[in-house]
Amino acid sequence: MSEEVLDRIRRDIDEHAVVLYMKGTPIFPQCGFSAAVVQVLGRLGVKFKGFDVLTDPSLREGIKRFSDWPTIPQLYVKGEFIGGCDIIREMYQTGELQGLFAEKGIAYNDAA
Amino acid sequence: METGPPTTDKEYSMRMADRIRETLQEALAPIVLEVVDDSARHAGHAGNPGGVGETHFQIRVVAAGFAGQSRVVRHRRVNQLLAAEFGRGLHALQLTLLAPGE
Repeated sequence: MSEEVLDRIRRDIDEHAVVLYMKGTPIFPQCGFSAAVVQVLGRLGVKFKGFDVLTDPSLREGIKRFSDWPTIPQLYVKGEFIGGCDIIREMYQTGELQGLFAEKGIAYNDAA
Repeated sequence: METGPPTTDKEYSMRMADRIRETLQEALAPIVLEVVDDSARHAGHAGNPGGVGETHFQIRVVAAGFAGQSRVVRHRRVNQLLAAEFGRGLHALQLTLLAPGE
């Protein structure tokens, strides 16, 4: 695997505060697990950058290796790997995700 | 949504679920271990296009070893234990990984 994609991932998670590596796009997720994370972020009104791994095989393999995580979706906040669908759903339900956004200074809407 | 036939090869289906169960039982000595083959529910989706693969499992583990570990660490542990199954067609795991009392 080329190191180029790993550099690109490093740049992207540095440039964007909230990044979701997913299947499909935020508007048209192509997988239920990706859709679930998009839904959580949408409910919280969090702005995020989505990268579609289905249109980029090198990114699909690269992000798995970069994160040491075998599945998609994967959420990064301020350069830090937070988790996949199960973890994000659990953290949303317990309020930990909202706490993380607050701690990292990321705007979100908790009225939902 | 069931868009295809349910898993027809029961014996084969038993094998991956049993392997998963055995692997986790040995490595984690769990108090609770539930392994549900969810593949049929994902038939026709990515990862299980033909609808007969062993591709999607829901796993719930309560184990003392998870105490004090972050979610990411727990998930990584289980993913690593099941890495060989990802090579055999496993596509997605839904994991609920808890320490006793959580």
